[in-house]
Amino acid sequence: MHDVLRTRVNDFAVKLANVNGTGSASANGLLMQAIFRMGIPVCGKNLFPSNIQGLPTWYEIRVNKDGHSARALDYDLMVAMNSQTYQQDIKEVRPGGYVLYDSSWPLDRDLHREDANFLGVPLAEMCNRNFGDPRERILMKNIAYAGAIAAAIDLDMDVVNALLEEKFSTKKALLESNHKALQLGYKYAKDHFECPLPFRLEKMDGNADKILIDGNTATALGAVYAGCTVAAWYPITPATSVMDAFKGFCEQYRRDPETGKNNYLIIQAEDELAAIGMVLGASWNGARAFTSTAGPGLSLMNELLGLAYYAEIPAVLVDVQRVGPSTGMPTRTQQSDVLEAAYASHGDTRHILLFPSNPHECFHFAVKAFDLAERFQTPVIMLSDLDIGMNDWVVPRLTWDDSYRPDRGRVLTAEDLKNVPKFLRYTNEDENFVAARTLPGVSSKGSYFVRGSGHNKFGGYTEIPDEYQEVMDRLKQKHAASAKFVPEPEIHRREGAKFGIIAMGGCDPAVREAVDQLDRQGTPADYMRVRGFPFSEVVQTFLAEHEFCFVVEQNRDAQLRSLLTLETSVPKEKLKSVLVYGGFPLSSRHVVQGILSQLKTF
Amino acid sequence: MPSIVKPSATHPTLQRNALDLTIRDYEGTMSTLCAGCGHDSITAAITRALWELATPPHRIAKLSGIGCSSKTPTYFVSGAHGFNSAHGRMPAIATGANAANRDLTYIGVSGDGDSLSIGLGQLCHAIRRNVRMVYVIENNGVYGLTKGQFSASSDIGSKSKRGEANRMSPIDPVRLALTLGASFVARSFSGDKEQLVPILKAAFSHRGFALIDVVSPCVTFNDHEGSTKSYKHTRKHTLKATESDFVPPEKEILANISTNGSTSVAMHDGSVVRFTAVPKDYDPTDRNKVVAYLDNQPVGECVTGLLYIDPGSSEMHELGNSSATPLCELPYEKLCPGSSELERLQEEFR
Repeated sequence: MHDVLRTRVNDFAVKLANVNGTGSASANGLLMQAIFRMGIPVCGKNLFPSNIQGLPTWYEIRVNKDGHSARALDYDLMVAMNSQTYQQDIKEVRPGGYVLYDSSWPLDRDLHREDANFLGVPLAEMCNRNFGDPRERILMKNIAYAGAIAAAIDLDMDVVNALLEEKFSTKKALLESNHKALQLGYKYAKDHFECPLPFRLEKMDGNADKILIDGNTATALGAVYAGCTVAAWYPITPATSVMDAFKGFCEQYRRDPETGKNNYLIIQAEDELAAIGMVLGASWNGARAFTSTAGPGLSLMNELLGLAYYAEIPAVLVDVQRVGPSTGMPTRTQQSDVLEAAYASHGDTRHILLFPSNPHECFHFAVKAFDLAERFQTPVIMLSDLDIGMNDWVVPRLTWDDSYRPDRGRVLTAEDLKNVPKFLRYTNEDENFVAARTLPGVSSKGSYFVRGSGHNKFGGYTEIPDEYQEVMDRLKQKHAASAKFVPEPEIHRREGAKFGIIAMGGCDPAVREAVDQLDRQGTPADYMRVRGFPFSEVVQTFLAEHEFCFVVEQNRDAQLRSLLTLETSVPKEKLKSVLVYGGFPLSSRHVVQGILSQLKTF
Repeated sequence: MPSIVKPSATHPTLQRNALDLTIRDYEGTMSTLCAGCGHDSITAAITRALWELATPPHRIAKLSGIGCSSKTPTYFVSGAHGFNSAHGRMPAIATGANAANRDLTYIGVSGDGDSLSIGLGQLCHAIRRNVRMVYVIENNGVYGLTKGQFSASSDIGSKSKRGEANRMSPIDPVRLALTLGASFVARSFSGDKEQLVPILKAAFSHRGFALIDVVSPCVTFNDHEGSTKSYKHTRKHTLKATESDFVPPEKEILANISTNGSTSVAMHDGSVVRFTAVPKDYDPTDRNKVVAYLDNQPVGECVTGLLYIDPGSSEMHELGNSSATPLCELPYEKLCPGSSELERLQEEFR
């Protein structure tokens, strides 16, 4: 008996194969949100093509009562709605699993599998019979399969109906159609199959203090709470929704009730060269400003990131990473901008990086990014990725401390300047090697010339080796000092751990699950998730404590491992790699297999 | 660009402006450009215009890109904040700076390489956004710092120092700006301070993007026989389309209507730009007529003057409906929605 046939509650995975542009996203989102509202830990991954309409697209929903939220690679139920990909999709169902398909047309005999159960629902036929408008027939097919799935997995129909009511509260006609389609699928499944299937849902209380949010929305919200007023950007997948959300929040929160004027300005730039330029100009003038982009944009921004680093201008950049190089795969996820971000621009440069692992951290790290950028007068790059940025995640509720005030760093006011005999831009640095800056428009006494050309500590032009080096040396010390201010790594220890695992960002759920699985198999490991660069002492200590470590990351060239070997004293051979970089989010299986296969060879 | 500080002694009889400052207070460090460089004359004109306008030095932000022209902001108004940025990127940095603080006076100094090649895109988009700033292109038709390559403003047939003739058509910043909908377009000659100073003053009063293309001969690489951007050639081929006069807000406007036709344009700050000796039918407020006029001039003629002005255009902040208080001065309390709103908002994420 396949284990899938054993009754399993709140622990299974569904994959939905669709055609993009047909409206499947809203049906899939509805299922995910309904499960969330039932209080059950759930994760949804949208695996979509770089295309508007017609190409295959998939959505995966994993339900896990223990809260594991990485991708599951074993699908108990495949909802095969795209005949183009039937063959591949049907193959992916685990033995004993189920395939739900549109039986309006017979399924090719070759596609049948002895070890899988086929649930045919005549979706097109039912929708054609019940709806007149051709577009509606296509759209409602999605809601109809959602209804069938609801019956199959015991989804609480009251919850689904309530969601539909909320969604279509102002569109009565649409609400009716949706209800009707949902019922069609639901009833058909109830009448024709043994519902629920052996795996099913059951209400829990797992989400009381949780929200369902994507990382880009959370990042934008962080920028609003940080007090950012200027944003400049160029449209790019998967970062566009950061600015879309920022705009939405600004319209909601930043329109002055008295004057009707906007307490923000968002500029859609002509390209990323200009977007980062605008951020520098605004930051130079004392506003909190940021840009969001992805790899191709980061490449263009390299030039002015060097200027910002050298001239010591704050800048916040959110890089929602996607698959590179070049255009790569714009709708697929990767962690492949790490090295480029760390050392962006020509010459000796190094930047502060933040690695959020989920939308909750996106919110808080976005705020942190502004504080660090101003405190250290330098660019801060937050490395999110497509998986974090564009998928909805179940995360703890966001909290806000009303006593928070922005850390504007060392800025001299007109009053301060009165007490300074002469303002010299890069002198009189504090314990973190940061010199005070002045803002334009405040006082002539504070005026100085920002330049990307060689300058001495007084801010004057120089071509004298010692003067040039003095500034460069301080910049290096300043960067090193920021290690104490970036978020500390998160460390999870296991008793009897023989080695360590290191990861960053969106690898976290898969690695945590893998650590559990390894432990159960008698291979306990300590896990450290780095959350910022430069690396702190804690990172160094973790490396020293372990005989060897596996660095799990989503790129080909082991970029985090490279950064660790470059920036700590860890011997190269102590760090092994587990690399998964095909563009889909990580699963614990990748990690466990990657580690076990290497352990065998020791 | 080593800076050589000028001695600070000021002659007691030097005239003082409304802020009780002399023109010396609007100077910068000594120029390190070649002796006779047109750019230095432009620097002198900028210095004079800002002094005459009595703009407080600390309220001036001067920005530039890279090139000989871009060195010049160090040579005027030491009391202003300066930003010598990267090649061709000044328009974006100025745009961002203006976004953050709409109350400062912005001047960007650029060159034909900086603006018409590497920075062409940014220039075009700064014009489209109508960023309130004075944008001076010190146009010499040549790359000076890299020793004499043609720039995108080199005229067809103009010869390099080594005798090679340029065969590609030039980009004319004036026509470009007019096409893109610029709200203030002028051209002048570095050797004509009398024309340039009033144009600059009008530009500083303009609420929007003011482009001034100034032909500024490069004495080292482009002042020879055969060059169309030499002193000699420019003097010979300059055609003044307008003579403009800037009348500051507090001054009474004296009627001095030229028989040749005169137009007065009221600026937003109450000042008036008065055009005298305007050729018949030349209307500096009619874009189509200005373009037609330029099209009808003989090839090779350098048409100068304040050529086009639209004082009623909406600048970036008006287009963006942004707050009258500069964004950088808004108190944090006005910007953060607070914890209770965060709590409420999250009901939407369930």
